[in-house]
Amino acid sequence: MQRIGVFVCHCGSNIAATVDVSKVAEMALMEPGVVHAEDYQYMCSEAGQAKIQDAIHEKKLSGIVVCSCSPRMHEATFRKAAERAGLNPYMVEIANIREHCSWIHKDMEEATKKAVILMRAAVAKVNLNTPLKPGESRVTKRALIIGGGIAGIQTALDIADAGYEVDIVEKTPSIGGRMSQLDKTFPTLDCSACILTPKMVEASAHEKIKIYTYSEVEKVSGFVGDFTVDIRKKARSVDMDKCTGCGVCQEKCPSKKAPSEFNRGLNNRSAIYTPFAQAIPNVPVIDREACIKFKTGKCGICSKVCQAGAIDYEQKDEIITEKYGAIVVATGFDTINLDKYDEYAYSQSKDVITSLELERVMNAAGPTHGHLERLSDGKAPKEMVFIQCVGSRCSDDRGKPYCSKICCMYTAKHAMLIRDKYPDVNVTVFYIDVRTPGKNFDEFYRRAVEQYGVNYIKGQVGKVIPQPDGKLLVQGSDLLDNKQILKEADMVVLATAIEPNPDVRKIATMLTASIDTNNFLTEAHAKLRPVESPTAGIFLSGVCQGPKDIPETVAQAGAAAVKAIGLLAKDKLLTNPCTAHSDELLCNGCSTCENVCPYGAITYEDKEVNDHGIREVRRLAVVNSALCQGCGACTVACPSGAMDLQGFSNRQIIAEVDAICR
Amino acid sequence: MSEKKKQAELIEEISGVNPLKCMKCGKCSATCPSYNEMDIKPHQFVSYVINEDVESLVNSESLWKCLSCFACVERCPRDVKPGKLIDAARQMVVRQRGQAYLSPDEIPELLDPELPQQLLVSAFRRYRR
Amino acid sequence: MSIENKSFRPKIVAFCCNWCSYAGADLAGSSRLSYPADVKIIRVPCSCRVNPMFILRAFEKGADGVIMCGCHPGDCHYSTGNYYARRRMTLLFSMLDYIGVENGRTRVEWVSAAEGVKFSDTMNSFVEKIHSLGENVRLGDLRCRN
Repeated sequence: MQRIGVFVCHCGSNIAATVDVSKVAEMALMEPGVVHAEDYQYMCSEAGQAKIQDAIHEKKLSGIVVCSCSPRMHEATFRKAAERAGLNPYMVEIANIREHCSWIHKDMEEATKKAVILMRAAVAKVNLNTPLKPGESRVTKRALIIGGGIAGIQTALDIADAGYEVDIVEKTPSIGGRMSQLDKTFPTLDCSACILTPKMVEASAHEKIKIYTYSEVEKVSGFVGDFTVDIRKKARSVDMDKCTGCGVCQEKCPSKKAPSEFNRGLNNRSAIYTPFAQAIPNVPVIDREACIKFKTGKCGICSKVCQAGAIDYEQKDEIITEKYGAIVVATGFDTINLDKYDEYAYSQSKDVITSLELERVMNAAGPTHGHLERLSDGKAPKEMVFIQCVGSRCSDDRGKPYCSKICCMYTAKHAMLIRDKYPDVNVTVFYIDVRTPGKNFDEFYRRAVEQYGVNYIKGQVGKVIPQPDGKLLVQGSDLLDNKQILKEADMVVLATAIEPNPDVRKIATMLTASIDTNNFLTEAHAKLRPVESPTAGIFLSGVCQGPKDIPETVAQAGAAAVKAIGLLAKDKLLTNPCTAHSDELLCNGCSTCENVCPYGAITYEDKEVNDHGIREVRRLAVVNSALCQGCGACTVACPSGAMDLQGFSNRQIIAEVDAICR
Repeated sequence: MSEKKKQAELIEEISGVNPLKCMKCGKCSATCPSYNEMDIKPHQFVSYVINEDVESLVNSESLWKCLSCFACVERCPRDVKPGKLIDAARQMVVRQRGQAYLSPDEIPELLDPELPQQLLVSAFRRYRR
Repeated sequence: MSIENKSFRPKIVAFCCNWCSYAGADLAGSSRLSYPADVKIIRVPCSCRVNPMFILRAFEKGADGVIMCGCHPGDCHYSTGNYYARRRMTLLFSMLDYIGVENGRTRVEWVSAAEGVKFSDTMNSFVEKIHSLGENVRLGDLRCRN
């Protein structure tokens, strides 16, 4: 028989306001095995933990139930406290009477009743708990970064500087990401390329960093400390070792009709291309869909002009398998598709562009060589209208329910830059709210208004109507003046909502990292563990976790790196002891469990067993507890009921069921 | 419950709209073709319902100036749909007048020329499916 | 007891996987999204840990409804666990009516860690459904009370 202590936490008034905590403690004493029960203000505090430890010593407790917040919050805290008092940490169970009780119920009597039942279930479970000992697993001292934008680059640099090997996998032909597409950055108006390219060069030159561009993660297996990852290096059709990056092939390539991804499709590129001049690596890629050689078999000009003989039309995709201890997701974002917003005439007029397209228009390396001009006729605009919140903050199915966070600031930046370079251009911004929290952010926005005379109008635009003369009629409202405005504009810029890179869902599934309804990766705790995924060994960097600007992304990238370093610095990890094990006398060696195990943790051995005096050799299932992750699939699949899961055994769960239904 | 509150709730019930979802972006007013004819502007409908002042809404010019074109309904980013609110207010007026029900054999060959055009249009839109 | 009897408080057992649904329930809690106190949650590592026996046991012991929540298909922390769970439950539920448990008393829902609202909505609608079905009397004769 266990000697169980029940500790009921008030959590200030979080629990005590709706649950009669002393009643719960009182009722606990009537449960089988319970020899001690008490309630206290804050069980997780040092004094609260001391109470648990004192009771363990004084009452010789063999099991603990803490009625408090979610086990996802403080299970580890209380287990550690018990361990310090000499009790096996797996003899501690939590009854979640805060998130699952006091916070959702208002009626005190009802909530108390439920708390008592939850306590009973936990006591019933502890009665059947057994001491467990975690195993150990090794840590591969190498990190994988998925995504080579500023987030990925920064995380890679930070991890590499700490002395660990880092691989970056980037889908496009060059690292750099969205930041490389930007012209200037707020609020200092630094040139984006000027601050990014040194980092790109540093990453590529770093002896600890290996960069796989034009590559994708294909398959992930394993677990924290010991992931095995297949990386598909897509056929570049150019030998990276031979290519000198002279660029002659791109010049001579006769196929120049492929839309440039880097310039958001505003102009075209050749079939053999590097996305931009500062690309790293400076080795082009042949776009096989656009290449005449691949389409018709006739051409091969690039091969003829390449003096290094680097062109290789026969090159095939290559799969590399590597081992990693930690994986950082830094997959970034894209702007949303505007097909559902035909009121803004984005698909009808070339002069209605997204803000990211405007970045390319204003960039010296962009389609207009940095001249602000209408994309339809190349004329200089006189009236520019910016529309905020296009697709952000929408509760309908057209847009995204969240604020994209960066638009207010980049619009102020665009408006300011345009007014600075072209003082005769009038700039009007239609906004719903101007949101500029951040260091020097509001000052920046005010400068746009006060110093540069940007006209901010509170009110959304309802419609953009292209006129026969090529102008755009913007119909908006001015809520402060209570007027409807009709304004002729030459160009309209849409502050388009951002969304996580569409590939992130596939990657999250491979990593078994959880993802929210907006496809942002979920963090382990919204406030206290913002850069870790609930899946151990997976870390989050940049916009894949939520909208962010560059300084925030860099800060979070550093934080993700620190967490990854903290993992890589360990030689051994303690494994979860809640693993499956089979009862030798019940197992009949049918292989059912082996088939359902997602980790290949179950093998079969011929073993001699003593079955009630009969000694014989049988084929038995053996669980490799280093590989077993404790999902329990085998326990249910086993037809003879030989498989059970430690910490969540059949008897324990049935005891909980019984306690609840009593 | 006060009469005013009842009226506001009736509007919410008929329209099926939650006015609290409004984020005051003004896209409805930006897109409204009869904006200049209205005394209470489309983006203001919501606050009249929230402030339980349905009476002003009912007595407004806007009630009969709304064309029921549903541009605001289509474009509202927050699913607030001011057009439905004003439509609900119109329905409330019509119900009070006692014209709410019509059996098929009561339909005259020529519809009452006094009947506001908007009412017909909005009724067709509402019940077309 | 009849459906009209307001004092009927159903016993409802909810199995929630540790990675998605239990976290979703936590989020419902921290967002103060209420659902009836009749629902009691049992934490399991994965929905595939839920043995059909547990569900039968709950009904045997007098539960009026059992709901199982897991990660969305494709999002299982253990890659494939919820697919097994889905198949097992489909099979179990198809046989429950035969032994005296109406179809509406069991349910499988996918709730992610970010779906606190969905969790509370699901529980509210499930409890409502159990209320409409009333006490689980059909199994009463067979039930061994201890």
